[in-house]
Amino acid sequence: MEEKEKKEKIPRQPMPEQDPKVRIRNYKEVPFGYSPETAMQEASRCIQCKNPGCRAGCPVEIDIPAFINKIKEGDFPGAIAKIKEKNLLPAVCGRVCPQEVQCEKTCILAKKGEPVAIGRLERFIADWERNEAEKAPPDKKAAPENEAVKAAPTGKRVAVVGSGPSGLTVAGDLILKGHDVTVFEAFQVPGGVLVYGIPEFRLPKAIVAAEVDYMKKLGVRFECDTVVGATIAVDELFEQGYDAVYIGVGAGLPVFMRIPGENLIGVYSANEYLTRSNLMKAYLFPEYDTPIIRGNNVVVFGAGNVAMDSARTALRLGADKVRIIYRRSRDEMPARIEEIHHAEQEGVEFLLLAAPLNFIGDDDGRLIGVRCQRMELGEPDESGRRRPVPIEGSEFEVDCDTAVVSIGAGANPLLTKATPDIQLNRRGYIIAEPETGKTTKKGVWAGGDIVTGQATVILAMGAGREVANSIHNYLILGW
Amino acid sequence: MYKILEKHELVPNIHLIKVSALAVAKKAQPGQFVIVTIDEKGERIPLTVADWDREGGSITIVFMEVGTTTQRLASFNAGDSIYSLVGPLGIPTHIDTYGTVVCVGGCYGIAAMMPIARAMKEAGNTVISVIEARSRYLLFWEEELKRASDQLIVTVGDGSHAPERWVPDQVKHIIDTGGTIDLVVAFGCTYMMKLTAETTKPLGIKTIVHLSTVMVDGTGMCGCCRVSVGGETKFACVDGPEFDGHQVDWDVLLSRQSGYQDEEIRSLQDWETRRWRKI
Repeated sequence: MEEKEKKEKIPRQPMPEQDPKVRIRNYKEVPFGYSPETAMQEASRCIQCKNPGCRAGCPVEIDIPAFINKIKEGDFPGAIAKIKEKNLLPAVCGRVCPQEVQCEKTCILAKKGEPVAIGRLERFIADWERNEAEKAPPDKKAAPENEAVKAAPTGKRVAVVGSGPSGLTVAGDLILKGHDVTVFEAFQVPGGVLVYGIPEFRLPKAIVAAEVDYMKKLGVRFECDTVVGATIAVDELFEQGYDAVYIGVGAGLPVFMRIPGENLIGVYSANEYLTRSNLMKAYLFPEYDTPIIRGNNVVVFGAGNVAMDSARTALRLGADKVRIIYRRSRDEMPARIEEIHHAEQEGVEFLLLAAPLNFIGDDDGRLIGVRCQRMELGEPDESGRRRPVPIEGSEFEVDCDTAVVSIGAGANPLLTKATPDIQLNRRGYIIAEPETGKTTKKGVWAGGDIVTGQATVILAMGAGREVANSIHNYLILGW
Repeated sequence: MYKILEKHELVPNIHLIKVSALAVAKKAQPGQFVIVTIDEKGERIPLTVADWDREGGSITIVFMEVGTTTQRLASFNAGDSIYSLVGPLGIPTHIDTYGTVVCVGGCYGIAAMMPIARAMKEAGNTVISVIEARSRYLLFWEEELKRASDQLIVTVGDGSHAPERWVPDQVKHIIDTGGTIDLVVAFGCTYMMKLTAETTKPLGIKTIVHLSTVMVDGTGMCGCCRVSVGGETKFACVDGPEFDGHQVDWDVLLSRQSGYQDEEIRSLQDWETRRWRKI
């Protein structure tokens, strides 16, 4: 009892971060991460519960108390090994997981308002490992680190379609179980949304590349420039000798608002805006040859994490004024609190309870403004959030030269149209068995956003974990 | 990496490259395109597949030097490699038996029209190929197209060949001299296709146009290639690139094509400065 009280007295350790005024002019990561001392101090706050709530709150069931205990003891190699039993992408998850609604929410210390900073610790230990690997002599680097835990080859071949979070999880799990895994990616580099969607200042691309390299060391093959459904059909994968196919292609269809003027120059989908900036590195134009309109006065529609990413990207591209326009109020904003907080710190303004009616262009077809309407909140809708209702006669205009539409994403039909024996739901998402991820086509599984609709990185990884188990069972026992 | 096996300049500013690309060569159909990135820092641009060798595993691309990427690609030689090439993308040209099909090709579109003309002929159509260039010296593949079609009409803008200088004049000429046309397929610069579609509309001739837009992923993910067709927003990369020419909103297309004009100029200046420094 006495010891417990003592532990709770150490406050949750803050993570130092770049000054907002400085960081809006660079693309470097915002938080700096813990030092080993801070990490060990934070780890000592964990009371090592008998029935850890944190572990139950983690979609991939990392043994959180065990890895934290190892950090506390200064056994960093042991800590990272513990995480990698369950998660091969800790540097990514430590950065982009919504811990406040998962592991940290169910931490016993959360009841007193200050849960253990599990995400920051995960990030710390993953970064520690990567830095150590970089320091290691070249001959040691070449050795596959996890060879010991890799099962004997089964001779079974698995094709993973899409190299985003769920695809990487499936690939990582199955390679460790001894299967031969190839990941197919449409873009020129692997990583999916981790590369094209999440900005450098939130998830440095070198980190994604390092995690992908780790997979390669384990034996996963990556085939980029391959659009399954165009370059090669799902059935052709079976003809080529694959025993199972996993579809984790994400929710890659931009949703527009279907209002007049949406085709004006300067109106972007968030997908396009972020892909240009992140994957194609348009922020380094003209060194990198992909252009992006560097607006001075930018509006972003929507208030999810992608909207926050878009708004903060606009600032870093040099905008003087960036406004998020959202039809509901602050309480309904779907973005993580931390993301909203970071955006506010950086000077993003919020125009709440307003919705666009039409875009306004000049004679050259370039965006110069948007006409909006005030909203008020009515009764809750099917999502449980209060429905925005337009206020008559409240129309007003907002000047802008760039607009980013970030109101969600849908199911990209390219693969599913080319594979008609995979059944879809009304909205075009793949129908998959909840526990296993099995689709209606034998030997084909699906998971992540193409099943659930747009969600988070970790949920896609959680889905990948379940599917990997099911694929493994199939390869060993049958459908 | 995709190795360039052959490269030559067909006419000033229009180049042909034959690239090793096994998977694309196996699948390519008339009217489809690939997205090409020349190096790690390059832009992703769509280029139409003009021919393919299924056994040899190579594809042929004919392109015009317009911006930085195409200029730099023109500086590549046989033996050099392209960083990324993905496809085949887009819906293939719908090949069917229509009757008399006029295959219109202008500029680099002359090459892109080749496989379409060939397939239309194989499907039992009477194929009249009409090719257009600003001047005589910019024409290429006349013999090849003559072989692939029942009739080849050459038209040049400077009037050095025939009084009918442009494609729309030729289409009208065919109709005026008692010919019938069941379908027009047009491939080339946007103005040529726009004028062709405007000519065929009152004549009631179905006209398919092949739109070139700015693209990034080419798989329907970003929406930057959106065009307005029949009042609806379509994605050229996955809903097209071929559309009913009478339904296309040409003003939106032309305006969106010029969306990055300033950036294109800046990019070219930057590349030229760097190139001159090297020399």
